[in-house]
Amino acid sequence: MTVFSILGLIVVCAPALLVVVLGVASLIDRPLSETWTQRAVQCAMGVGLVASVAILVMMLAGNERRVPIELGHWVILHDDLPPPLIATSHHDEHTLYHFAFKFEFDRLSVPFVILTFVLCGTIGAFADKYMHREAGFNRFFVLYAVFVLGMVLTSLAGTIETLFTGWELVGLSSTLLVSFFQERPNPCRNGFRVWCVYRLSDAGLLMAALLLHHLSGEGDFDKLMGTGAWPQGAANLPPGLAFTVGLFLVLAVAGKSALVPFSTWLPRAMEGPTPSSAIFYGALSVHLGAFLLLRVSPILALSPVLSIVVCALGLTSAVFARVTGRAQTDIKAVLSFAAMTQVGLIVAEIGLFSWLSRFLSAPYLLYIPLVHILGHGCARTLQFLRAPTLLHDYGVLENAIGSRLSSDNSLSQSWLSERWRIAIYHFAVNRGYLDAVLHRYLVDPFLRVLRWCDRMDDRITEQVNGPVIAKPGEVPALERPVSGSLPGATTLS
Amino acid sequence: MNELHFPWIELAIFLPLLGAAWVMRLRDPARAHSQSLVVTASVFIASILEAQDFYSLHIFRAEDRWHLMSRLIGRELFAIDELNAPLIPLIALLFLLTNLATGRTKAARFSFSTMLLTESLTLGLFSAVDPWVIIILMALGTMPAYFELKARGQPTRLYGLAMAASSVLLALGWLLVQRRGPASSLVLFTPLLIGVAIRCGLFPFQSWVINLYDKASFGSALLLTTPLAGAYAALRLIVPMAPDSALRILGLVSLFTAIYSAALALVQTEARRFMSRMVISHSAMVLVGLEVATPLGLTGALCVWLSAGLSLGGFGLTLRALEARRGRLPLVHFQGLYEHTPALAVCFLLTGLACVGFPGTVGFVGTEMLIDGAVEAYPHVGPWIVIASALNGIAIMRAYFLLFTGTQYSSSISLRIGGRERIAVLTLAVLVLGGGLVPQPGVATAYHAAQSLLKARERTVSARENPPEQLRVHAEPPQ
Repeated sequence: MTVFSILGLIVVCAPALLVVVLGVASLIDRPLSETWTQRAVQCAMGVGLVASVAILVMMLAGNERRVPIELGHWVILHDDLPPPLIATSHHDEHTLYHFAFKFEFDRLSVPFVILTFVLCGTIGAFADKYMHREAGFNRFFVLYAVFVLGMVLTSLAGTIETLFTGWELVGLSSTLLVSFFQERPNPCRNGFRVWCVYRLSDAGLLMAALLLHHLSGEGDFDKLMGTGAWPQGAANLPPGLAFTVGLFLVLAVAGKSALVPFSTWLPRAMEGPTPSSAIFYGALSVHLGAFLLLRVSPILALSPVLSIVVCALGLTSAVFARVTGRAQTDIKAVLSFAAMTQVGLIVAEIGLFSWLSRFLSAPYLLYIPLVHILGHGCARTLQFLRAPTLLHDYGVLENAIGSRLSSDNSLSQSWLSERWRIAIYHFAVNRGYLDAVLHRYLVDPFLRVLRWCDRMDDRITEQVNGPVIAKPGEVPALERPVSGSLPGATTLS
Repeated sequence: MNELHFPWIELAIFLPLLGAAWVMRLRDPARAHSQSLVVTASVFIASILEAQDFYSLHIFRAEDRWHLMSRLIGRELFAIDELNAPLIPLIALLFLLTNLATGRTKAARFSFSTMLLTESLTLGLFSAVDPWVIIILMALGTMPAYFELKARGQPTRLYGLAMAASSVLLALGWLLVQRRGPASSLVLFTPLLIGVAIRCGLFPFQSWVINLYDKASFGSALLLTTPLAGAYAALRLIVPMAPDSALRILGLVSLFTAIYSAALALVQTEARRFMSRMVISHSAMVLVGLEVATPLGLTGALCVWLSAGLSLGGFGLTLRALEARRGRLPLVHFQGLYEHTPALAVCFLLTGLACVGFPGTVGFVGTEMLIDGAVEAYPHVGPWIVIASALNGIAIMRAYFLLFTGTQYSSSISLRIGGRERIAVLTLAVLVLGGGLVPQPGVATAYHAAQSLLKARERTVSARENPPEQLRVHAEPPQ
């Protein structure tokens, strides 16, 4: 076992152990005390960070661009041999199915995993004070540990299945953190909305994974994206197929990174405690989609149309978020739309540079969106953490300059007529009517059809059996009218 | 025929039967509960030893030691092979956990003797390899629920009609197949297909499952449906010999049912009805994999069967435990039960997510293989399974939020789980997570069973394509 393997194992095992320690203690109804929880968090984050920085230093010193670490197969089946009871690392052309545990340390994953440990460590320390004596202190840190594990797995995934595992863990922990204050209905409704979008996004990723697995018989990124280290890989797929796979990936990215038309889950996610909002939706979770696009950038490079779609999606999301963010009235919503604007720009950069990097043979262009992610993640975390003390900060600023801070509306006032300004304001304050449109034209008709089918089933039962037990006739609590409505409409249900 | 080292199969089948006779005499529900618990635990141990004994022999099929059935009735009715070996302990475990998680409030109204009788019939069904024994035991297995419905004063017409039709069609279908030998056609298999479709609650025959959950006791409905007896009938009667067209039709109907039921689970306003939709959807998902009839698809289906049996069983038991505390659970407004029953909330999430193949749980690898196998055989099928799984995932989370969050529920008495329930919850958590983290042994066993099943199917298909005379000519040694 090499030093790289040992360090790689430490990076992955540190958050995994944290999940085991906190999770098992909760499961057997013996949760750790706040002090011990904090020690465990600090220990896991510290060890993980030191190991990942050590890997970076060793890679730079040895000019290594890619260090794959294989931990063997989780599942392996050979088509001409009896299946082993313990998965081995033996893998050849007779392998019918395999599920490898493989991690990839390269110029993309290492910075991202370091960012994860730095920000999660910071938030862990912040949350210790912020969540002190909160009823759900233990629950918060269990979900936090699951989230960190999901982020590390996604960042380092060497196979698309490992990436999917991490992706799902991030989704579940995020959903449960949005609904952290679960004694109130709104966080739960918003958590449920987030989960619905995530499931759609997961379905997109799973379909892309299956297509790639089916076409190449492999889920390993080094086989799918060419043998060159990131960002120099070249995928070996026909352009038409790259476009189809890419569209599924774009669906996954749009859901995870809150791009149009799934943008409205991001402000809803701010119902959770500030530390989770900061870490998940401001800094890390929202960048996962962009990270995935960078990981599969060789596929984007194969299809100019796909690159244009990605670019257009990013720009649309950025413009939408910029306009909408201007009309928000609470600081977390403003910050979430600001984060969305930057993520939109990052996605547009990826679409543009992945194609340009192939066209100009300049793969280093893909470092630009990566640096953008790292910088934006750190800056936004700081803003989110300062959000609860914003009024105090404004007070300090205004005292220092001796007057009120000015609000600059001159640009829009000079460019736009009042009628347009009011229309745009309505659009922005209702968050582009996206929720309302999705509900009216997609969700509500779908649910209506389903309820009709359910009633038909009951009618059959009734006719054969006699009357059925009357069902409660209330509107389900998770399906109450959404905020924001179409012009001229008062309700959506 | 190979033999086990001890008559474990008959022990596992007849022990609960004797237990049922013994428990029936007891008037005190608490005593009936504790003594039936001893019986179900003993049956579970016997089933584990049975599977262990079988796997140690490294053979495809084994019969019981001393051939007690042959001595009594002249033929062996039961055997253990690679297909039913993992299912028998699973069923015994489901009965044990159901018994363990039966709270005191339920004990007075739950018939432990009927449960033991059902256990005996179910284990008999899953140990049977002879088609006629399967059909008869399947019909008998539906009786306890019928009499329970009658005893509770609930309408029995729909349930009775569905079960009678299914049993008659299975018997008629098998009679036709038997008369015509391997030269089978789609028409010949139609009664068998419809019989299995009714038993599995496939579209448009799903109403009886929903009605059963609505009217019977939750425990009885769970124990009748979660072992997926209909899928077992398909595995033994249809998959080994049905023509490809029959498998394709059943596969398509199953796929539609999986999506339809998953979608309808989203609009259910009562927990039992929600559970019934989940059971139908997963049962149909298993059938999709069985009908794909490729090594990967079949392995995935067998894995999903085991994971769905375990996780749906656990999921249902969690709902049943909640019902024991709150009565019927409407899914229209928030209940906020998390603060009172955090362990049940965690169990609900774990088992629910395992049902939809969430990473790290027992269902993950099976679902992946099922989808992979389906894509390999019919590329257009894969996306629909993904959609069904996504819908199930949304439905589970919706139920979680409605049951456990959204408000503060105040209760004058403690609703926390008791010692026995905690054991059940921890056992489920260990199995769901353990099976998810170390999937290779389960997958390897399922793969071996799938290979054997496909070989049997190949033999039947080649016998159909090459009539016996032709086969004899081919079999003659060259001069």
